[in-house]
Amino acid sequence: MMRFLLLFSRQGKLRLQKWFTPLVERERKKVVRDMTLMVLGRPPRSCNFLHWKDLKVVYKRYASLYFCCGLDDKDNELLALEVLHRYVELLDKYFGNVCELDIIFNFEKAYFILDEFLMGGEVQETSKVTVAKSIEASDMLQETMEEYMSKPAF
Amino acid sequence: MPAPIRLRELIRTIRTARTQAEEREMIQKECAAIRSSFREEDNTYRCRNVAKLLYMHMLGYPAHFGQLECLKLIASQKFTDKRIGYLGAMLLLDERQDVHLLMTNCIKNDLNHSTQYVQGVALCTLGCMGSAEMCRDLAGEVEKLLKTSNSYLRKKAALCAVHVIRKVPELMEMFLPATKNLLNEKNHGVLHTSVVLLTEMCERSPDMLAHFRKLVPQLVRILKNLIMSGYSPEHDVSGISDPFLQVRILRLLRILGKGDDDSSEAMNDILAQVATNTETSKNVGNAILYETVLTIMDIKSESGLRVLAINILGRFLLNNDKNIRYVALTSLLKTVQTDHNAVQRHRSTIVDCLKDLDVSIKRRAMELSFALVNGNNVRGMMKELLHFLDMCDPEFKADCASGIFLAAEKYAPSKRWHIDTIMKVLTTAGSYVRDDSVPNLIQLITNSVEMHSYTVQRLYKAVLDDISQQPLVQVASWCMGEYGDLLVSGQCEEEEPIHVTEDEVLDVLEGVLVSNLSSPITRGYALTAIMKLSTRFSSVNRIKRVVSIYGSSIDVELQQRAVEYNALFKKYDHMRSALLERMPIMEKTTTNGPTEILHTNGEAEPSVRDSKHPPNIPQPSSQANDLLDLLGGNDVVPVIQTELPTKPASSGGELLDLLGDLSLSGRMDVKCICFSPFLAIPPMTAYNKNGLKIDFTFERSNSNPNVSVITIHASNLTEVDMADFVFQAAVPKTFQLQLLSPSSNVVPGLNKGTVTQVIKVLNPQKQQLRMRIKLTYTHKGSSVQDLAEVNNFPTQSWQ
Repeated sequence: MMRFLLLFSRQGKLRLQKWFTPLVERERKKVVRDMTLMVLGRPPRSCNFLHWKDLKVVYKRYASLYFCCGLDDKDNELLALEVLHRYVELLDKYFGNVCELDIIFNFEKAYFILDEFLMGGEVQETSKVTVAKSIEASDMLQETMEEYMSKPAF
Repeated sequence: MPAPIRLRELIRTIRTARTQAEEREMIQKECAAIRSSFREEDNTYRCRNVAKLLYMHMLGYPAHFGQLECLKLIASQKFTDKRIGYLGAMLLLDERQDVHLLMTNCIKNDLNHSTQYVQGVALCTLGCMGSAEMCRDLAGEVEKLLKTSNSYLRKKAALCAVHVIRKVPELMEMFLPATKNLLNEKNHGVLHTSVVLLTEMCERSPDMLAHFRKLVPQLVRILKNLIMSGYSPEHDVSGISDPFLQVRILRLLRILGKGDDDSSEAMNDILAQVATNTETSKNVGNAILYETVLTIMDIKSESGLRVLAINILGRFLLNNDKNIRYVALTSLLKTVQTDHNAVQRHRSTIVDCLKDLDVSIKRRAMELSFALVNGNNVRGMMKELLHFLDMCDPEFKADCASGIFLAAEKYAPSKRWHIDTIMKVLTTAGSYVRDDSVPNLIQLITNSVEMHSYTVQRLYKAVLDDISQQPLVQVASWCMGEYGDLLVSGQCEEEEPIHVTEDEVLDVLEGVLVSNLSSPITRGYALTAIMKLSTRFSSVNRIKRVVSIYGSSIDVELQQRAVEYNALFKKYDHMRSALLERMPIMEKTTTNGPTEILHTNGEAEPSVRDSKHPPNIPQPSSQANDLLDLLGGNDVVPVIQTELPTKPASSGGELLDLLGDLSLSGRMDVKCICFSPFLAIPPMTAYNKNGLKIDFTFERSNSNPNVSVITIHASNLTEVDMADFVFQAAVPKTFQLQLLSPSSNVVPGLNKGTVTQVIKVLNPQKQQLRMRIKLTYTHKGSSVQDLAEVNNFPTQSWQ
């Protein structure tokens, strides 16, 4: 299973953090710090895999964002790259040509999309179309409430 | 009160901050506003406030005061509220706090909600962060949802069940009925999560594993359909249909097929098919191939399939993509033990990977190279690895050096090659060699007796050039101290002997002593080496001078050594040659043994080690005191020493310990003190009473004329065995005595056998040997004790 998924910028600013194992705040901060240092410190054309403690770390850079996840020893690293890529594709479909700013200003949506794709560190849905439809429907549900209340939700 | 600012507005504002301080100020202001809003129990804007709080939390600011608010949002009826509430719960709460338990009821209600998206969000939260208690409470609901026909909920319920099982493994049984027709689903989402659920259950329980083995044909069919079916836009990734599902099925097959012949056979065909037909131009195809290879290697596949798998890995090694190369090296490392020959075929490619630019690949290649070294390829491989050692980054050098030492030890084709290889490592990466290598190397060098002169010559030449690498200098100093005489005498069979004078050797060692580059440990080695040369060289005065200088060294360790060595020159000069003689061949023991001596100072020094108490002094000290009492007399010293004296100055005690260290403890095969009974000393009968006869036989040590070795032979002429036989002895104060373990405690009757025991006596003052002995044994049910004096020692035994 995936233990965590982090998104951070080239300057090390955290944009998304998803934890699939229970960790206290202090431990989470340490993991984020270690991952950021390790990944940002890699020379440009290195392979996308690292070893950290007892985990395999897989990371990929998309434009100005690093997508970084920690895996168990038994997990398939090459497939993890596909998982990260799939998430990027889902974001891209939703936001239309996604960039870092989209994720900054709509971080909660990035989480919602992630929660339709992964759960408990495993892939939940392998069809891009199905995930997109679920998000759309949930958003519709939200908007309906909005209209009912005739005030902006947030 | 004005409406709280909107989320995106806040984000925009915070991003305009130019300094950290400015940002902090904005955040504090907003937090204060949010806090008062929370206090007012404002339902309308709670969602907005929590969302803002979550953003600030991501920036690294504390947000714990929002935890309860998240719970209130979860309890709200609005979907928007719930969505943010659950998100906040997942980010701000962790199972260590009691607060999260308050969620349980809300989740329970939401799991039964009429809207599937509400149910979904609840399942997601439970499946990501549910604690063990929550899982226990809600497992029933999850199980119910696992049986629903709604595929959206079913797939989520399956992963939620996986989480429940991970948290509370005992609940696994409960989900078993629901798994019955999970694989009959057409929906890929449900299929995928079902396979994950089945995998989790099989990994945790051998019973489940046995139960689910019957699913192998069905899994094979599903996999086949995925491969054979035409283009499916919904699941296609670069021409491959649902690679995520394919990989998970392969992984489940691996678990089911492991150790089971029938299952393995049933999946052979499909594995071969996947292995040969998968497109390898993109990462996704290689991901599937990778999983396939792992599965083939783990199950009981036929040999043709295994070879196919290794060849795939071999092809991976040549792939341009670094990730693929890395993955291949990792997999080969896993299989090198079981399929050694197959992996050997790719050795040259693996060795080439040592030159790769990528750090992760280099490391894997190094580990794999070491695993591949064997008797046939050791010369070639070592050449490559030594080259690698030279060129690699410092982070690799220590591991590489250790690996080379290990491999050289196992597969060295000749002693000379071994020593040369060690030399090469010491000169190339001398400062990175691990500390424990030094004693290991010294032991190795000692044991290669015929190479001593060659070794010391080469080491001498190496330190002439460079004394900065501590391990090299330590080993060299030790060798020069031990074999300095060979170096100076110029005898060397392997190589052109060089002309070295005693002074030149002492120059080098003194150079090490004074150099700033030398660590304290190295200095210790050098000083002791110089001292040892006092018995091997003739320029003793120079050595005496050096030693006395260091008697006032600031370094306490050096000072102590120098003072002791000084004492050796003066008061204990008679012992010097014995103490500093050539080291014996050492057996490598894992318990306390000669390697421990080496670790501290590299040679047998007359200082005491508490841990090295000779294991074969059986009698406890109370018995010794007994003996003393019984025998009376102030001139008698108890023989048994169970505690080693701690004052290094008492020389007699040390010598005894020295003997003990080098003793015939039963672990060492080679005796250091050579015994040759060519001076045949007549045996004598020491005691003969009540059927118990004790004879003494004698041997003298060749190397130490002050040591006599007496072997007692106890025989029993009565009909009944003598059990619990204990022999004790005491000698006058001017002597030192050591008693080794007896061969047995039972002296069999009717002379059917003897009990032997060895006594070593040190008689430096060459006085007439006298001994008092005490015997205890049980005979015919009663305990017997006797004392006797032994005075009739033949003169050759002690003179």
